[in-house]
Amino acid sequence: MAKVTLKSLSHSYLKIQSSDADWAIRGVDIDWNDGGAYALLGPSGCGKTTLLNIISGLITPTKGDILFDDKVVSGLNPVERNIAQIFQFPVIYDTMTVYDNLAFPLRNRKIPEEEIKVKVHEIAEMLELSSTINNRASGLTADGKQKISLGRGLVRSDVNAIMFDEPLTVIDPHLKWILRSKLKELHQKINRTMIYVTHDQTEALTFADQVVVMHEGQIVQTGTPVDLFEKPKHTFVGYFIGSPGMNVLPCKINGNDVIVNGKKIETHQQVKKNNFSKTEVGVRPEFISFSNHGIPVKVLSVSNTGRHKIVDTESESGKIKMIAKSNENIPSGSAFLKFKKEYTYTYGDSWIIE
Amino acid sequence: MNKTVNQKAWFFVIPVFVLVAFNAIIPLMTVVNYAFQETFGNNVFMWEGTRWFKQIMLSERFHASLGRQFLFTFIILFIQIPLGIAIALTMPKEGLGVPVCLVLMSMPLLIPWNVVGAMWNIFALPDIGFLGHSLNALGFDYNFTQQIGDAWFTTILMDVWHWTSLVVLLSYAGLRSIQPAYYQAAEIDGASRWAVFTKIELPKMKKVLTIAILLRFMDSFMIYTEPFVLTGGGPGNATAFLSIDLVKMALGQFDLGPAAAMSLIYFFIVLLVCWVFYTLMMRNEGKS
Repeated sequence: MAKVTLKSLSHSYLKIQSSDADWAIRGVDIDWNDGGAYALLGPSGCGKTTLLNIISGLITPTKGDILFDDKVVSGLNPVERNIAQIFQFPVIYDTMTVYDNLAFPLRNRKIPEEEIKVKVHEIAEMLELSSTINNRASGLTADGKQKISLGRGLVRSDVNAIMFDEPLTVIDPHLKWILRSKLKELHQKINRTMIYVTHDQTEALTFADQVVVMHEGQIVQTGTPVDLFEKPKHTFVGYFIGSPGMNVLPCKINGNDVIVNGKKIETHQQVKKNNFSKTEVGVRPEFISFSNHGIPVKVLSVSNTGRHKIVDTESESGKIKMIAKSNENIPSGSAFLKFKKEYTYTYGDSWIIE
Repeated sequence: MNKTVNQKAWFFVIPVFVLVAFNAIIPLMTVVNYAFQETFGNNVFMWEGTRWFKQIMLSERFHASLGRQFLFTFIILFIQIPLGIAIALTMPKEGLGVPVCLVLMSMPLLIPWNVVGAMWNIFALPDIGFLGHSLNALGFDYNFTQQIGDAWFTTILMDVWHWTSLVVLLSYAGLRSIQPAYYQAAEIDGASRWAVFTKIELPKMKKVLTIAILLRFMDSFMIYTEPFVLTGGGPGNATAFLSIDLVKMALGQFDLGPAAAMSLIYFFIVLLVCWVFYTLMMRNEGKS
């Protein structure tokens, strides 16, 4: 068990870096408490797997330090760091039985065979692998194999942290739910630091207490799922999280006034400085409603998801999506939209203006 | 299940059938024809039944060349397979070294077999060959044209030089297809280098190694050109492997009947060994 700290960490896969784009990870700082459940969320190629592999010790970072419990571990290998990691695709040892697979990390650490037996059976029970424990692992289905991978990560009780690298990619949707809640349950039971990498917002938001959103090698926001939804600090967080994502419209800032489509609108925060090359207003579809006045739009289409209606509209400065109740009457043709003040934010160069 | 009746598929099968008939079935049946009859030319044949088969099966000459053949094949498999895997493991995985190694490795495979034999013959000549002369200069009494041990040593060395690359290339392909996650997982599981080799690399290479062993078995069991050019089967009959002995019998002595019977026995041995080996290697594959 350990607290994980990353200090101004940067990594590049190239030998010589000439621009920002050459860095897979750029200046990442993280402070994770012992025993927490964290998620690294971001699209493919944003650097989340690289970051995870740096924490586990599979990759040595170009710059910066990794600390476990305030002790620098940057130069140590995964065994010395004592971490467990589960990969995206099931990794099993084909020639071994399920039992031997689960026992493998323990045997490599020279743990007595009686102790291994107890541990392995406990983990097999938890992952519902008991019935196949003496079968050859290669004969199992994809999710059976991934359960073995999970089991190998969980079987050691003394690990500093457990890393998950999109572990549910190959699992059937209905089993995903079961395994995800199992992991959550497990986290409460064994109380170990868990770091979960995913590009799936539902997975991240249900698993973690704290979600770290990454974009192009940088951390754009760290916070609870509610924070990320209600107050995105970067326009990327706005449209990556939520379905549909946040509407981002260009705006002009005139003194203290925020102007969208020539109309002044009210936003959450007072804008004081204005030295940005690009200013935008962001508001989630959930916080937009029809009104008698406001931003003039043309209603393009309505799609009913059952729980609510998603309305596509077009304003002078771009498309705006809004969510209406399923029993609400949607005006056809022209209409006016009103943004909820406390959830409307202004962004300067994509970052929130505070 | 009701299958759609469509006889047009025969049009696709017939060309292949004709091709196989001309390059395999008809020549094979000619051999079968000779194996059961005696001929003195002029297309006159006399039925002999299984006489040639009995004669070959009981002949000491056949036993000796079969024994030599198995010994040779086992020795070269025993050297080439581990050596090929070892070289593949040490080959670079990225950078300029990869194409350089691959091209160097492929070179021996591209040389015509009789050229390989001629090259090694000159290379190993005790008086003027680089290898032969050097060995003698170092104090070894080396002469592959006269000493049985030296003849075997040279033949095996030549085959290892010629064919280990094939095992290397196949093993290398097998190794490169292993996902990096396996190595990472092993690192996290605390596996030793030996465990990585036995638990990940070898099992993942099983299929390519099966192919490598089969190819090397068949090729070495049927080897003809290289030892024929190098030693001509000598000294005496010391390196007269099955095919060399067979050619001697068929074309040297013109014993067409016994030679045909021997060809068929030879053919069935290759077939049997390959079938047994392949079945054993693949017996667990269907389950996964």
